[in-house]
Amino acid sequence: MTRFARVEGHRRSVGRDPRGGVQRRRERPAGPTRSPACGGDHGPRPGGAGGRRRRHGGEAPGRAPQAWAELSWRQADMRAGSSQLPQAERQQPGFWTFEYYQSFFDVDTSQVLDRIKGSLLPRPGHSFLRHCLRHRPDLYGPFWICASLTFALAISGNLSLLLAQRRDPSLHYTPQFHKVTAAGITVYCYVSLVPLALWGFLRWHGGARGRPRRPLGFLETVCLYGYSLSPFVPAAVLWFVPVAWLHWLLGGLALGLSAAGLVMALWPLLRGDPRVMVAALLSTVLLLHSLLALGCELYFFQPLPPVPPAPLTTALPPGSQLPAGTPRTTGT
Amino acid sequence: MAETVDVPGDSGTGSPRPLFAGLSDISISQDIPVEGEITIPMRSQIREFDSSTLNESVQNTIVRDLKAVGKKFMHVLYPRKSNTLLRDWDLWGPLILCVTLALMLQRGSVDSEKDGGPQFAEVFVIVWFGAITITLNSKLLGGNISFFQSLCVLGYCILPLTVAMLVCRLVLFAEPGPINFTVRLFVVIIMFVWSIVASTAFLADSQPPNRKALAVYPVFLFYFVISWMILTFTPQ
Repeated sequence: MTRFARVEGHRRSVGRDPRGGVQRRRERPAGPTRSPACGGDHGPRPGGAGGRRRRHGGEAPGRAPQAWAELSWRQADMRAGSSQLPQAERQQPGFWTFEYYQSFFDVDTSQVLDRIKGSLLPRPGHSFLRHCLRHRPDLYGPFWICASLTFALAISGNLSLLLAQRRDPSLHYTPQFHKVTAAGITVYCYVSLVPLALWGFLRWHGGARGRPRRPLGFLETVCLYGYSLSPFVPAAVLWFVPVAWLHWLLGGLALGLSAAGLVMALWPLLRGDPRVMVAALLSTVLLLHSLLALGCELYFFQPLPPVPPAPLTTALPPGSQLPAGTPRTTGT
Repeated sequence: MAETVDVPGDSGTGSPRPLFAGLSDISISQDIPVEGEITIPMRSQIREFDSSTLNESVQNTIVRDLKAVGKKFMHVLYPRKSNTLLRDWDLWGPLILCVTLALMLQRGSVDSEKDGGPQFAEVFVIVWFGAITITLNSKLLGGNISFFQSLCVLGYCILPLTVAMLVCRLVLFAEPGPINFTVRLFVVIIMFVWSIVASTAFLADSQPPNRKALAVYPVFLFYFVISWMILTFTPQ
């Protein structure tokens, strides 16, 4: 008896009637009611689904003690609530808790794929920030796109060295492991420092002008830059083919798509600002982006060496230079 | 006890009562003996187990741990849906595998070239911090696997790649050439696929269904990087 009384007291102090609580939760809409973003309608959130599952498991009739079930309901409710309400209305857990960081990874596979598609193929008039992120930035995309880009640059660059060495045996092939470190530092610093500068500038400028519009969040800027690097990943993978015009074509294409996505996302935020400032800001953003692309292409990839001139052996007609490595037959 | 006896007897008269419905009516009186001993057979075994591992010989401990590691190796080589790797996780196997791989992959200290293969510390850091990052990623995405269980699975699934490294080192004793490279490429690809399949068999179930791909992609990247390091290993 005392055992049940203690549980009853606990439930009363929490201020929740289990049956009423369950009904209240059931009345909540099934999923986020918003228009399809980036061309996809998303199903119910996993937190919500998992929470609902747990609720049904804890719904026992009668007075069976439900303290443990209620705790798990509350956890699931917080997670479900955090995934269903827009970010501004969520109750923010403290930054020392695990749930705070979990809120940055609250995405599904379909959402991540939609965001990557939205940044690979930017459409004029469709700002990445408004249509794909919808004020729900995530850290999964930027982190793993940067990791993929790091390893794509290092591995592809190593492949290009291998192909160059086969053309010219005087080059020495090594695994070049230090390039992984260099690529990682470059990419991650770019995706964290440049958004920081941009965000700081926009905050300062918006504050100075007393702009009523909602300022751009830091995480949204990081997300924008992270996803904007996604055209570089296939370009980096294909850059191992040591053909000069292909390099320029791929680089130009990737840079164009990426920069277009960035400009289209930033343009609506700069409406009403003096043209000089807008032009300067956008050109700085584009310049930094081009520097990244050019620097990566030049540093990581080995251009194909010219065919080494054949040594002057007997009776080789001019113009029939054989590539190095094939057996030379003296005499024609 | 008298009240509880009545409850099953009542079931014949009216509608079936839900379980424990009559428990709230019970008042504990002097007649009901509430003391006694609940004996759980496992408990005593565990108590004996605990006290005996302190006194057993070192050889017994090592042999028992090696057998546990060996059993898990078998589970990785023949991946089935079993919970052994997850339930009794240990980090000995991953440590042995990581040290073996790093010893075989490192470039010699006499090699003074700046751009060479990875050092021992670099391989070690990549394996352990890669596994930690993937574990954190899967936990942040909402997976219900514990931290060390995930480290255990990822570490044990490096076993096929370690076998590939051994095979590659043996193949490299033969003369270099395109056949040499093709054989090594083939072996590494097969072992890479085996690692991915083994780790996905254990890890994919712990994720919510609409995030499985998000959790599996970093695992793919991790084993791809290790396979690349194995494939590009050139003896100095």
